[in-house]
Amino acid sequence: MLVPIRLTVAELLRDRLRLTGTKVSCEMQVCGVCTVLVDGNPVSSCTTLACDLDGTEVLTVEGLARGRDLHPVQDAFMAANTLQCGYCTPGFIMMTVALLDAYPDADHHDVREWMDGNLCRCTGYAPIETAVTVAADRMRAESPENEL
Amino acid sequence: MARVRAVKALSVPRRDAWEKVTGRARYAVDAALPNMAHAAVVRSERAHAYITSIDRAEAEAAPGVIAVVTAGDLGDLGLRFGHIVPDHAILAVDKVRYYGEPVAAVVAETPHQAADAAEMVWVDYDDLPALTDAATALASDVLIHEQSYASEGEKFLDVAPGASADNAAHRGELAWGDAEAALASAATVVETTTTFPLVYGYAMETYNALADWQPGSLHVVSTAQHPLMVRKELARMFSLPLAAVRVEVPYIGGGYGSKSYTKLEPLAAAASWAAGRPVKVTTDVEGAMYTTRADGARVTVRTGFDADARITARDINILFDTGAYADNSPLVLTKSINRSFGPYRMPNLRIRGVAAYTNTSPASSYRGFGAPQAALAGELNMDMAADRLGIDPVELRRRNLLAPGDTLIPGKRPLDADLAADLDAVVKALDGHAAVPDAAASAVASADDHDVSGQARSKAGVRRGRAVALTASDAGASPNSTAQVRMHADGSVTLLVSSTEMGQGSRTALAQIAARELCVPLDAVAVGQSDTRFTPFEWTTGASRTTTVVGLAVQAACADLWDALRARAAESVGVPVGDVVVHGGRLHLDADISDTVGGSGAGERGARVADFASVVKGSGSGLAPAEVIRRWFGADAGEVVGVGVIRRAGATEVLPPFWEIGAVGVEVSVDTATGEVTVEHLVTVGDVGHAVNPELVKGQDLGAATQGLGIALWEEMVYDGEQLTNPNLVEYRVPRLRDTPRRITSVLAERGDGAGPYGAKGAGEGALNPVPAAVAAAVGRAVGVWPTELPLTPPRVWSLLQQAQQ
Repeated sequence: MLVPIRLTVAELLRDRLRLTGTKVSCEMQVCGVCTVLVDGNPVSSCTTLACDLDGTEVLTVEGLARGRDLHPVQDAFMAANTLQCGYCTPGFIMMTVALLDAYPDADHHDVREWMDGNLCRCTGYAPIETAVTVAADRMRAESPENEL
Repeated sequence: MARVRAVKALSVPRRDAWEKVTGRARYAVDAALPNMAHAAVVRSERAHAYITSIDRAEAEAAPGVIAVVTAGDLGDLGLRFGHIVPDHAILAVDKVRYYGEPVAAVVAETPHQAADAAEMVWVDYDDLPALTDAATALASDVLIHEQSYASEGEKFLDVAPGASADNAAHRGELAWGDAEAALASAATVVETTTTFPLVYGYAMETYNALADWQPGSLHVVSTAQHPLMVRKELARMFSLPLAAVRVEVPYIGGGYGSKSYTKLEPLAAAASWAAGRPVKVTTDVEGAMYTTRADGARVTVRTGFDADARITARDINILFDTGAYADNSPLVLTKSINRSFGPYRMPNLRIRGVAAYTNTSPASSYRGFGAPQAALAGELNMDMAADRLGIDPVELRRRNLLAPGDTLIPGKRPLDADLAADLDAVVKALDGHAAVPDAAASAVASADDHDVSGQARSKAGVRRGRAVALTASDAGASPNSTAQVRMHADGSVTLLVSSTEMGQGSRTALAQIAARELCVPLDAVAVGQSDTRFTPFEWTTGASRTTTVVGLAVQAACADLWDALRARAAESVGVPVGDVVVHGGRLHLDADISDTVGGSGAGERGARVADFASVVKGSGSGLAPAEVIRRWFGADAGEVVGVGVIRRAGATEVLPPFWEIGAVGVEVSVDTATGEVTVEHLVTVGDVGHAVNPELVKGQDLGAATQGLGIALWEEMVYDGEQLTNPNLVEYRVPRLRDTPRRITSVLAERGDGAGPYGAKGAGEGALNPVPAAVAAAVGRAVGVWPTELPLTPPRVWSLLQQAQQ
């Protein structure tokens, strides 16, 4: 795929590929709504050039579910009343996936540290914090290491 | 009407959860049309100036540019909008009135091309004095609007804007008794003046609009909270019938009042008209801050008390910084006046309010609508008075609170809430986790000497303070709602309303009401999005009104649907409609009649009734609505429609439809070395009458209170001269996850005392309104000096601490 040099990852996703699950808001890396995973690492798609991602794997909120089965983080966000307008939700979910992939044993402090870079204007955050913790517990319970 | 089982609140999951966690939910910003072009806005670089020339040649020659549009290019389109005062030009006409005002729009094939070309539009200005402060603007001979756009005699609700010889956008007054005399003879008079900052609602989806003008029609998809209000303005500006203007509002990423009324829609529509293409306009955060903010306010409250600490009078002055255009500020001012004296008995009252035009971003609605501005002064004044009078601030409030059924404002609905009980609930929750006494503060600091960020907390000392605050707001706006329920051949229903789902959960709550009224499973109710071509009339989505007012319309529509089903059941077998009754979600032949027709074989009617009765008896429990539909149409097809209308009549004749209560408590700790404020405990009591969905109500309360904390502690648009210095989310700081209170107590008070369905009243604004005041009072108690200005940033609190030492 050829892209203009100035095209951001968010523009590529939203405008060219019509993957509109990824949202844009502050456009200066403080709100987190545009978070996508590049080779597993959280990146602000609004300020990353698409051309810089040549050869990488980009995961967006659309890519989390397996068919009709939601990712455990999505399940947790559905169950815990974490969203109102939902505009920040994809960013929070992607950041949570990144956190729990990198640190499956993330504790309360890790959650607050990682999630402080995602803004939510509706909920007051407390339900989101709960959902991240629930998702972490569930993913630990379901991880292959625990089945040995 | 259908008989309803015992009313039971259910915290069912949101219906939009799945599409929102999978990224499938369609927001306004995701809307696209074939052949769509994009517009970028050229914004003023002056706060107040005449436009002397606009050089567009370079922009027009730039790659991909389709049109450069200025006010002069708009032909005979209506140039101005404004639902109260039509003072707001789509694109500046001859003059700019604030830094960031739209001067031109550049339409191009791509957003990048439009943005690039917008940089090539050269505007020359002839500067005028910039009036960026409300008091200065009111005193100035320089007029921001040289002419009045108010039509004498025309009113918007209670607001009748008139021409003004100065920079007042609106003036309001409310008075009874003789406040001046009562204050002169009061045992104690306490005066408080506060400054409420300019704040930005920051809905994370910034304003955007997609418009498709075609000869004789206009289609808009936008972030509008009030699509019918936008339709009305667009119809006028484009000389189109209301029916020819279609405003569609899919999910929107937050509103909080900031997306009320008309914003970008006329600009997008004018650009589409000029370019002959569908055109999309999206603001960034900076552009959003130049589109709408909340009114800043300087409020002075003087309260007189008798020897028993009972209020004898209040005199209140409200000065709003309304910015360059009126938008909804005249109504916000009117509401601020109504909401300023608190839920207290007022033998004598005088309130004067002015909304002043200034050369800053235009102000309009924001969650709470004038209540937080006024309550900051009014409730802080109660705490200051308690100190002066040597009374506990809770006791002082109790002594002066209005009781259920009391009159707040003559002619308005009597108080439909028990504020004393709400206050008790707040105090009980605060007491349940009482502060560690100040003497032990240093021990507290060392026991908890690392906060979650890992930063060492100051050992110098922590001081704690707690406060409560109360508000009562005339909410619910104008009762003018229509709901439509369409029941399909299988008994499932589609509910159509023009309430905007902006996160508050209206589609879920209204579906719950419909399901309950029609005795169908919740999954059998679909709710459509607002689309003025298909969904019925709705006044607004604001003023916490949807569950109450639209909920009543949904109930009425369901009752109408049952009537239609009864009529069809009766007609299909030839009995009078009065013989058919509804019970348990099914239609029955009235018991008395079915008893008497059992053995009757005489006459044609008797035979038909016997036939119906046997049908009823055959099914054992009457006819299900779906059976009625199929019998009437003679096919497994067709639908029956019910329509419900709420207007100023019956239960909603007396305004407001309900009083929205705010009852909160906070406990804060203040780091004496840095001035940093931590919210240790937040208590909200949601006095909602009946919670249709308790989890959603609690979500509203916590979200609203958190926005209140933002105003109290961090949020402020800072003007330095003509220009906004912090038009971004780095320097305009909103609450983050690590700012959440260490303890949160959310209580719902359900006393069934509202006019809405099952006794419901509104939620959504109540928990914000008193929070800034409560935080200010709590910080004042912690520090020993009463704050007069928000937000209470560390430098401001540190200054208060220094004052306390002097």
